[in-house]
Amino acid sequence: MQTLHKFANPARFVRMSSALLPWMAGLSAVLIVVGLYLGFFVAPADYQQGESMRIMFVHVPSAWMSMFIYSGMAIASATGLIWKHPVADLMAKASAPVGAGFTFATLASGSLWGQPMWGTWWVWDARLTSYLILFFLYIGYMALWEAFDDPQRAGKAAAILALVGAVNVPIIKFSVDWWNTLHQPASVMKMDGPAIHASMLVPLLTMALGFTAFYIAVVIVRTQREIMARKVRTLRMAQVNQ
Amino acid sequence: MTRKRRRLYLVLFGMALLGVATALMLNAFSDNLVFFHTPSDVTAKSFEQDRRFRLGGLVEEESVKKAEDGMTTHFRITDHDNAIKVVFKGSLPDLFREGQGVVAEGKLDASGVFLASEVLAKHDENYMPPEVADALKKSGQWKGDE
Repeated sequence: MQTLHKFANPARFVRMSSALLPWMAGLSAVLIVVGLYLGFFVAPADYQQGESMRIMFVHVPSAWMSMFIYSGMAIASATGLIWKHPVADLMAKASAPVGAGFTFATLASGSLWGQPMWGTWWVWDARLTSYLILFFLYIGYMALWEAFDDPQRAGKAAAILALVGAVNVPIIKFSVDWWNTLHQPASVMKMDGPAIHASMLVPLLTMALGFTAFYIAVVIVRTQREIMARKVRTLRMAQVNQ
Repeated sequence: MTRKRRRLYLVLFGMALLGVATALMLNAFSDNLVFFHTPSDVTAKSFEQDRRFRLGGLVEEESVKKAEDGMTTHFRITDHDNAIKVVFKGSLPDLFREGQGVVAEGKLDASGVFLASEVLAKHDENYMPPEVADALKKSGQWKGDE
């Protein structure tokens, strides 16, 4: 709780996150370049899927990010609702477009992968459908922020939507185990260890780390901008009230 | 109880209720959330003729026969307990092969043959280079279906 309260001070958040920003930006650039190189030039083709398997190096890390970011938004929203933490709501707001971007990348790359491998761009199985709902949740969350004039009320409404939508996250994760689907079950995050050869797992994890650093860098910039915008608004209100 | 405490319990209580409601709902709709039925389902439940559904399983070894017209394929879909004959006219996905998972959409005819209008390939969660797959097969550690 103590550390949370430290971050609750927006000025301190700006100071600490500014120090972190160049490291994260640099790290993400290096890791993504290395990951793409390993994935597209070093990793071998798959015994079943051949070269098409390389779509995995974008598809899977994007999918992880979209779920990770949504979970983070739900936790930040709860923190904002319960403890009135002033930066939490703004961090959730700043994260949403990044998460939506990763979700879209996952849907698009999955579709391009499905066409040659499965023989279809899209099917309404439990995994694909629940994942499409995640995309709509992101869009709905962003729309709700814009739907109110008062940022306090907007934040509250959006936070409740983020929390309600959080039930979808475990449904996406376990959809491939609970029901039979066209989508394959988990290859990496499963109980008995990854079912993926090390030569393919290394680029996959490199990309995942690169995407995480990218997300942290972008969310720092966006949250700082939200903090500025809120300051400007407070100053304007003070002027009007004089 | 402070207001923060009260809000915390409210959020936790709300999430718990929501979770239970979702679990009950998904459980109730479980039959409709499956993407395909297995050959054993079809044998056990006796699907009506002319009702469209998806049949999923593995393409049985040595069951694939191309008809003379070059477009029609005959094969059997199996789950190792039961197998169902399938007829499909059209082009098959690249991954279609014996021992591979497939999902076919169509309906049963009077003689219990599944007339498929679409065949999709399903792949599993294993990824490895071809040499590793060969080595595993040679050493007898192969866990796949082929």
